[in-house]
Amino acid sequence: MSRLTSTFQVLRHANRKALIPFITAGDPEPGFTVPVMHAMVEAGADVIELGVPFSDPMADGPVIQKASERALVHHMSLGKTLDLVAEFRRADRTTPIVLMGYLNPVECMGYQRFVDRAKDAGVDGVLTVDMPPEEAGEFVPMLHRAGLDPIFLLAPNSSDARVQRMAALGRGYLYYVSLKGVTGASHLDLAEVESRIAHIRSLTDLPIGVGFGVKNAETAAAIGRFADAVVVGSALVEKIAAAQDRPEQARKDIVDLLAVMRRALDT
Amino acid sequence: MQDEIQPYDLPDERGHFGPYGGIFVAETLMEPLEELKAAYHRYLKDPEFLAELDHDLNHYVGRPSPIYHAERLSRELGGAQIFFKREDLNHTGAHKVNNTVGQALLAKRMGKRRVIAETGAGQHGVATATVAARLGMECVVYMGAVDVQRQALNVFRMKLLGATVIAVESGSRTLKDALNEAMRDWVTNVDDTFYIIGTVAGPHPYPAMVRDFQAVIGREARRQMLEMTGRLPDALVACVGGGSNAIGLFHPFVDDREVAMYGVEAAGDGIETGRHSAPLSAGRPGVLHGNRTYLMEDEDGEIIETHSISAGLDYPGVGPEHAWLKDCGRASYVSATDAEALEAFHILTRSEGIIPALESSHAVAYALKLAPTLSSDKIVLVNLSGRGDKDIHTIATREGIVL
Repeated sequence: MSRLTSTFQVLRHANRKALIPFITAGDPEPGFTVPVMHAMVEAGADVIELGVPFSDPMADGPVIQKASERALVHHMSLGKTLDLVAEFRRADRTTPIVLMGYLNPVECMGYQRFVDRAKDAGVDGVLTVDMPPEEAGEFVPMLHRAGLDPIFLLAPNSSDARVQRMAALGRGYLYYVSLKGVTGASHLDLAEVESRIAHIRSLTDLPIGVGFGVKNAETAAAIGRFADAVVVGSALVEKIAAAQDRPEQARKDIVDLLAVMRRALDT
Repeated sequence: MQDEIQPYDLPDERGHFGPYGGIFVAETLMEPLEELKAAYHRYLKDPEFLAELDHDLNHYVGRPSPIYHAERLSRELGGAQIFFKREDLNHTGAHKVNNTVGQALLAKRMGKRRVIAETGAGQHGVATATVAARLGMECVVYMGAVDVQRQALNVFRMKLLGATVIAVESGSRTLKDALNEAMRDWVTNVDDTFYIIGTVAGPHPYPAMVRDFQAVIGREARRQMLEMTGRLPDALVACVGGGSNAIGLFHPFVDDREVAMYGVEAAGDGIETGRHSAPLSAGRPGVLHGNRTYLMEDEDGEIIETHSISAGLDYPGVGPEHAWLKDCGRASYVSATDAEALEAFHILTRSEGIIPALESSHAVAYALKLAPTLSSDKIVLVNLSGRGDKDIHTIATREGIVL
């Protein structure tokens, strides 16, 4: 059983919801990433989504675009992101890590080489934003064979047929994009999200995480009432942007926000 | 009545040209792309739609554009006869409008009230703003902040036409970033917005759809050459950035095996310097902007900055059908440097009284090399995709002249 699946099982038995923070690897510089990952786990993160910087992050809003740009200044890459995961794994054998990024760096490395390296580094899940299942015929079976979980995005306008297809190919959890828009947008309609999640549950047994636009503890708690996981990205990355030259402060701000979200989710 | 759009076996149902093309986008765009594909398949077979398109191309764009035999230039070069397809004479000054007229009519049929576009040199932005003005649609054009600076004239033209021009400050602040930002707008406003992509790139059905709207160039040219010369040309030459004018010319000739096809990329300071925009000549396959194609990227798969004197060719990717035509050998892809394009610009201006766009000057530059290698009974047809008025300031600055 994959680390993601067992994590969600344990949470389900405890009647708890997963808190999944997202940060971009190497933002604002490579040395910041691994310590903050450990700190996030201590603050209550159940799974970590680690963004792989890309020069053309088409699905991201300005906050995560800037995170990619800051990381790329330090020549952060897919390969170096995998090195950071391996470093994290030396001290944490239990927290699942999901890589989230765009396809081109993976194509450039080569699918099989990426799968082998990700497995060795201790990656658990792979979310490739711009690779819908129609184009994943070669890649997804490689991930399955290696025991890596492909994570798919579901959108408000995904048809039932598409949801079922992604539920069949996906492992670990499905990531429901809460709105039509880019990461960090601010027009989240909770009632709408809740009714969509209820519908998606009739089509799949996989755990469902909700992300895009989760800015505060109140929203996290509201989503936790109907979803299995809450993903928070831009709100954390904003803390890094605001304190780029003060890593201690950025780390503290991230930990504080996550701790508040954790409490809100657990009560 | 316009000829019926030719049946052609590529792309396949999911938009593949061999290993290239496809649909590589985030999930939220899958549904609108399906909707667009359905509309495109429906209306490009609808006689009423085609009649309206044909009418607009004739009476608004000014089609058919003429074919011109450059007799003096041919004589001076002492080789093949050079003919130009005069897309520079279209309304708004380039081939771009063929596509925006078509996509805007499609947008209207689909009930969209707002159109968005990306632009590099500003020609596609102007062509989009133009049709939006005519149809009374809201228009937002995304343009890299660097391009906003170097193409101030076209920015003002778009504003005069009622468009909102948004300077994109992310990434390298050029065409590729404008495309990213337009995609972000589209994903946020999919319900009422139609994204008019300006070239034969992007996710399916864009490469096929833009090709079909631009193929009017090649259909006319084929007919006109038969009427004028009694035969098909021996070679076609067109510049390739994203590649829409080239595909527009090439496509109706793909099955005419005796017609050679040359796509000319921008070699910038020279391919060997790395400062160029020539992914087919010096890049490798990858995935960007919704399709798999040749790209300019570094060893980690990050897209690298491109260079060309011509803003319209300054793009790190290329339409997936060109990638396929290259791999299967049907078309040849060559390149011309900034210096060669500038020289060609002056030669054509002085010998024929035609001021070409800097983009088209790359095609002219290759024709100047090709023609002398062929005998005088051979015919080279060059797509003169746009006129050079917009480039006068660039040329003057480059030559140290203050206007």
